Amino acid sequence: MRMRLSWPRLVLALALLIALAAALVAWLNVRGEDALTGFADSFAATPEQVARGAYLARAGNCAACHTDRGGAAYAGGKGIATPFGTVYASNLTPDARTGIGSWSAAQFWRALHNGRSADGHLLYPAFPYPNFTEITRTDADALFAFLRSQVPVAQANRVHALRFPYNLQASLAVWRALFFTPGVYEPQPAQSPQWNRGAYLVRALGHCAACHSPRNAFGATRDSLELSGGLIPLQNWYAPSLTSSAEAGVADWSDAEVAALLKTGFTPRGAALGPMAEVVFRSTQYLDDADVAAMTAFLKSLPQAPAHRAATPAIGKEAFAHGAALYEDHCASCHGASGEGGRSPQGVVYAPLAGNRKVLLESPANLIHIVVNGGFPPTTAGNPRPYGMPPFGPSLKDEEIAVLSTYVRAAWGNAAPAVSALDVLEGR
Amino acid sequence: MSAASAGSPQAVPDTLAQRMQPCIACHGKEGRATQEGFFPRIAGKPAGYLYNQLDNFRSGRRAYPTMTYFVEQMSDAYLHEIADHFAALDLPYAPPQTVGAAADELARGEALVRQGDAAHGVPACAQCHGATMTGVLPAIPGLLGLPRGYLVEQFGAWRTGQRKALAPDCMARVATMLTPTDITAVATWLSSQPAAVGPAPAASLARPLPLTCGSVPP
Repeated sequence: MRMRLSWPRLVLALALLIALAAALVAWLNVRGEDALTGFADSFAATPEQVARGAYLARAGNCAACHTDRGGAAYAGGKGIATPFGTVYASNLTPDARTGIGSWSAAQFWRALHNGRSADGHLLYPAFPYPNFTEITRTDADALFAFLRSQVPVAQANRVHALRFPYNLQASLAVWRALFFTPGVYEPQPAQSPQWNRGAYLVRALGHCAACHSPRNAFGATRDSLELSGGLIPLQNWYAPSLTSSAEAGVADWSDAEVAALLKTGFTPRGAALGPMAEVVFRSTQYLDDADVAAMTAFLKSLPQAPAHRAATPAIGKEAFAHGAALYEDHCASCHGASGEGGRSPQGVVYAPLAGNRKVLLESPANLIHIVVNGGFPPTTAGNPRPYGMPPFGPSLKDEEIAVLSTYVRAAWGNAAPAVSALDVLEGR
Repeated sequence: MSAASAGSPQAVPDTLAQRMQPCIACHGKEGRATQEGFFPRIAGKPAGYLYNQLDNFRSGRRAYPTMTYFVEQMSDAYLHEIADHFAALDLPYAPPQTVGAAADELARGEALVRQGDAAHGVPACAQCHGATMTGVLPAIPGLLGLPRGYLVEQFGAWRTGQRKALAPDCMARVATMLTPTDITAVATWLSSQPAAVGPAPAASLARPLPLTCGSVPP
């Protein structure tokens, strides 16, 4: 061996490497930032901006995280459970000490666009700035104007409860260097203004990808798999793919059906339940018709992956009969003896289960969730008195729910993998 | 052929009772509670009380995951309609759950319910919940037909802050005045009582409330 490094040299080389890496990470964390002094700090909001900001805050569903259950509007405090620990949403009211009362519009823009707080510290991407980075400066200023018009609430931000090493700014800096690039929405000239508006709403403000895209082991969504479906961390809900006609893709839906789902939370094909019920309740029901039409145009244009179906194992005669009996006892009075759905004089109110994509998703997570916990679609102007699904978790055993779910996934021409009692146990 | 075209949908009624099928899974047929188990009767409770509870679950003042999950995306208008629906149900009560309790425990429970405990400043249950314990309109609940375990747990939840009402939270004050032994005595006596015939809430209070309650309009 000719190469022989002395200890001091090795240490020096290592130190240099570390310094270089740190410099790179640091640079990657502030690239694309505008100078804060580049914007006028005296911010005078117009009434139009405040009204526009109120609309945009709903489109972005800011309150879903920044308003705690029973808490003051936008005063933060709600805990967002992640695989890395709990992140607490911050106070967005204009309180000078605990909220954003002393922020400048430029600092607010930097938070949305670059994921850095007013004092410069790096924000956790539970705040979906990988999506919000594409929000325009005009919209950011309107949001700022709206938030500044709120009643100030003195409520100190809670310290995040994240495990080591996720609790370190240095770790977050590395994460950002690897997975975050500030961006702007680049309109596609080949597409219509309506399509571009829809793409902007879905990708930036609506941050649909925060749930509907898969995440890697570090919790980052993957651009190449945008909107192709993702398991929502720690909630046992699967946000189905918007790019598959077998899941939640809407390429073959009518415009009216997509609009109905976003505006009312209900279509005769099925209702928004679980996390999507919240999205409709707090956000999409308030979008104006033009924006709903724009989102519809964009969502319908998404390329649809060919349906991939796992082979359905044959179900034993006995299990099938047991499932059929449970279905007859517990489900048929609403969903029909052959899974054809239920109709009141007003129209379909209980989704057909035959051919139902929620039932047939490869992951049984949502089906189990719905059978165990039941639920109501959201109340909206278009569906003010929703029908509900009873919870069967209290009255049926795991094995029974598994047999029942397997039956529903195999009867009436349905074909999806069987559900095991272990699946149910995990989903409870 | 699409399986969905196999048949036309099942006819279901356009009623609130049909919409509220999820409720009876735990609260029993028509919300009258079951003879076993933990879940409280909701049928015939004053509408103001029921609405307050639905709102409490929605707003985090009460914590029960299934209830929160059901009401968190519901409008005020729908919660009022649901409360009115169950309040209007006038249904027979099941026989009392608790049988054969010890005489001294029953005596202590009855004393607390009817007279309170003046020495410790505890008002009688009957002062607010009505002489027949069937509640007072518009927002004070009846206490009969509730499982003993449910009653005990509610007192515990008030003492630990798990259950709250609109401030000032008078029941939280009462719960902290009572000893654990007193709480179980009250729950034992209440859950031993058969409900009176025609167990409707009283129309109004006989006397002003001994405490100020945020959940009861003045």
